[in-house]
Amino acid sequence: MTTADVALEHGYSGHRGVTRWLFTTNHKDIGTMYLVFSLAMFFVGGAMIMLVRAELFQPGLQIMQPELFNQLIGVHALVMIFMALMPAATGFANWMIPLMIGAPDMALPRLNNWSFWLLPPAALLLLMPFALALFGIGSGAIGTGWTFYAPLSVQDGMGIDFAIFAIHLLGISSVMGSINIIVTIFNLRAPGMTFMKLPLFAWGWLITAFMLVAVIPVLAGAVTMLLADRHFGTHFFSAAGGGDPILFQHLFWFFGHPEVYIVLFPVWGVTPHILSAFARKPIYGYRAQVYAFWVIGVLSVVVWGHHIMTTGMPTGALLYFMYSTMAISLPLSVLFFCWIATIWRGAMTFEAPMLFALGMIVLFGIGGLTGLVLADAAADAQYHHSYFVVAHFHYTLFAGGIMGVMAGVYYWLPKMTGHMYSEKLAQWHFWLTAVAFNLTFMPQFFLGLAGMPRRIPDYALQFSEFNMISSIGAFVLGASQLLFLYVVVKCIRGGPPAPAKVWEGAQGLEWTLPSPPPYHTFQVQPRVE
Amino acid sequence: MLLGAITTAIPWPVRAELAWNFPAPATPLALDTLQVHNKFMVITLAIFAVVFAIMIYSIFTHRKSRGVEPAKFTGPGTAAQVFWTTVPFVIFAGIDFILMGIPAFHSVQMMQDTRTDADMVIKITGSQWKWQYEYPDQGIKFVSTLATPQAQIANREKKDEHYLLEVDNPLVLPVGKKVRILLTSTDVIHTWWVPQFGVKRDAIPGFIRETWALIERPGIYRGQCAELCGRGHGFMPVVVQAVSEPDYRQWLAQKKAGQAAQAASAGHVWSRGDLMKHGEELYEKICAACHQASGQGVPGAFPALAGSKIVNGPMLDAKGLLVKDGHLDRVMNGKPATAMQAFKNTLSDVDIAGVVTFERNSFGNHMGDMVQPSQVKTLR
Repeated sequence: MTTADVALEHGYSGHRGVTRWLFTTNHKDIGTMYLVFSLAMFFVGGAMIMLVRAELFQPGLQIMQPELFNQLIGVHALVMIFMALMPAATGFANWMIPLMIGAPDMALPRLNNWSFWLLPPAALLLLMPFALALFGIGSGAIGTGWTFYAPLSVQDGMGIDFAIFAIHLLGISSVMGSINIIVTIFNLRAPGMTFMKLPLFAWGWLITAFMLVAVIPVLAGAVTMLLADRHFGTHFFSAAGGGDPILFQHLFWFFGHPEVYIVLFPVWGVTPHILSAFARKPIYGYRAQVYAFWVIGVLSVVVWGHHIMTTGMPTGALLYFMYSTMAISLPLSVLFFCWIATIWRGAMTFEAPMLFALGMIVLFGIGGLTGLVLADAAADAQYHHSYFVVAHFHYTLFAGGIMGVMAGVYYWLPKMTGHMYSEKLAQWHFWLTAVAFNLTFMPQFFLGLAGMPRRIPDYALQFSEFNMISSIGAFVLGASQLLFLYVVVKCIRGGPPAPAKVWEGAQGLEWTLPSPPPYHTFQVQPRVE
Repeated sequence: MLLGAITTAIPWPVRAELAWNFPAPATPLALDTLQVHNKFMVITLAIFAVVFAIMIYSIFTHRKSRGVEPAKFTGPGTAAQVFWTTVPFVIFAGIDFILMGIPAFHSVQMMQDTRTDADMVIKITGSQWKWQYEYPDQGIKFVSTLATPQAQIANREKKDEHYLLEVDNPLVLPVGKKVRILLTSTDVIHTWWVPQFGVKRDAIPGFIRETWALIERPGIYRGQCAELCGRGHGFMPVVVQAVSEPDYRQWLAQKKAGQAAQAASAGHVWSRGDLMKHGEELYEKICAACHQASGQGVPGAFPALAGSKIVNGPMLDAKGLLVKDGHLDRVMNGKPATAMQAFKNTLSDVDIAGVVTFERNSFGNHMGDMVQPSQVKTLR
């Protein structure tokens, strides 16, 4: 089906040591840096939430004051979304899209280097206020939750300013990365690879990239207006000066809701590849999945209002946002149908990537179905800003996002490193993660229904039991990820050599290359027939 | 079930009933929400069960270890298959827009109808970190703050049953009356939430928002602020005491008498000792959340009062008018874009005079002067 000339190998750019990584324009180097950065930040964000869960283990203030608590929950979310999940997806994109579409590299390699190297300074900006506060400078990091709603974010300390600049850098990085992916997919596909032959992972990313280009500037605008309100005497978000405090929420969620799908599309792109590989059966409903991606992508930018239903919208607006949000369940049901039809009558085996993919489907299903319930504007008044919502979005973003990324890591790790990972430890990692995840977040549904607001450092006695269970679950969940780190590091350092086609049922151009693929992949472009 | 068994077996520090669903509804809106929620949960659980039963069947049956030969299909081939792939889609659309969509439509209509047949109006103003309740028809207003002692929060004392869900002045409402609730805020966005009323609505500075409650039986209903509003967000409870109509009348009369007595006392000349005493009580309730009980503030976030230039500076100029950014001006008018709010609308003349006098003569500040409530009254 494909021909790939991989015999020729190019040398490195001439740089060695640190400068190799600083100046690299190679898509695999940059992909690796993204993935390593993402893994590091996953542990930074995780460590923060371990502290939070320790504080919430029992009622009363034990180990921290409310200021620090607010800072930790906000920075946890920003780190996990912008610095763990999104870079993980971008890392996969850099590594895999050129391999999958038969391109020699990304289309704009120098831009690619820039996109990555904006991330570490952004992380530094976001986290530095914690350190500065230790030396008595400022009052710590952003303490307003990750949504930094005005007017609270207008009056909060300088952690907000640091966060605003961090978000600017992250946004520039995302937009540049997106442009690169769009240009690469449009221009560097192998001859014969029409759009309707594009791997679903590339499709998922293509739509993600378009959405990022559309909505990131809105967030950048909103935080810039916030900066102006804080320091330059404008009143965008102050009713006293003729502004509108709710405008901030509209702008934020016009970005924030699509962001959910921006994080999830790359993962949903990987899922069918994995299901198909381990069911040894072709992907079911390829076209339907592509169209579902498009429909979800378009719908996602017109339903943002369901995040702010308690602000007192007109009835007509509530009804519109309610029905449009419910409509997203239709294309989503198509995706679920296609995933299940892909494994139906296959010949399944259950290696770690498959376990994570199946676990993702089941647990993300809970997140999706509770999302459907949340869409009801009247019932939403009860769920909104309670732990029900916290549980719901962790079922979508941890189960749907992070577990999907882990499926991708196990699926492609042998391809990237040339070594097999330890299957036994990976299976342990899956089962520990899945059980601890449910132990952590299932009780939070009940906490929310009973009336526990989110983002409180201390709680009424009736919430004690479920919080304790949730904290225990969180500690196990956190600790199991150390096993993940161990498996990954062990696999990078060595292990049984991986063949070119790592998985018996895997399909696609990337499996025609040796593992690991040569530094410069396709000297001669393959043809797809 | 399993969780239930585990939680009964473990000797928890505090035993309480485990709640698996919304608390018992006390208003028609809460009842409607509960019914809609239960219905949705049954529907979604049924979808979950069906979809994952199919998936689990497939996982157990279509295994390589059972020697099955994988099929090759990539989409619906025959007309029958096309039909069966459209069925789930149509079912989902029906569930979304008919089974769930129609009851949801009626709930929303009900939730939004704040004015029809309303018997009375309550105005609620959120500020960091207290609620002010105002009865415009009766000319009464008062501030409601957390009553849980700091020692319980800091784990130095045993926690009471209603830890963090208790206030000094609850909102008192009559049962059987439709109460139209107007909400606003003085500083940041807060959210007024009482789970048993099915009510959660934002209080937004500069805007008026509405909701409503018709409480069906007497009782004490507890909730909390639901929008992150700064460090005191977890310590901003809502307590509503629902009483019978006669009891409500009696409470109104008492409250009015108390308020009249306080207004009259503003005209008296107060002694510094009495003002200090009154001011200290208020300081602990209202100011200590930011400036701390010691008056030292929180470095970088809330300024210290001890040794502060403002507190130890002039309040009134030669003409007896407010010095701009002076101590009294700060307390009465606040500082825009900071957590320091204008207290002239939430505190009485006596309260302001007391707090200012207290602050000027405590925490090592020795100004030795005082403000009379009558002065505050003329400066408003």
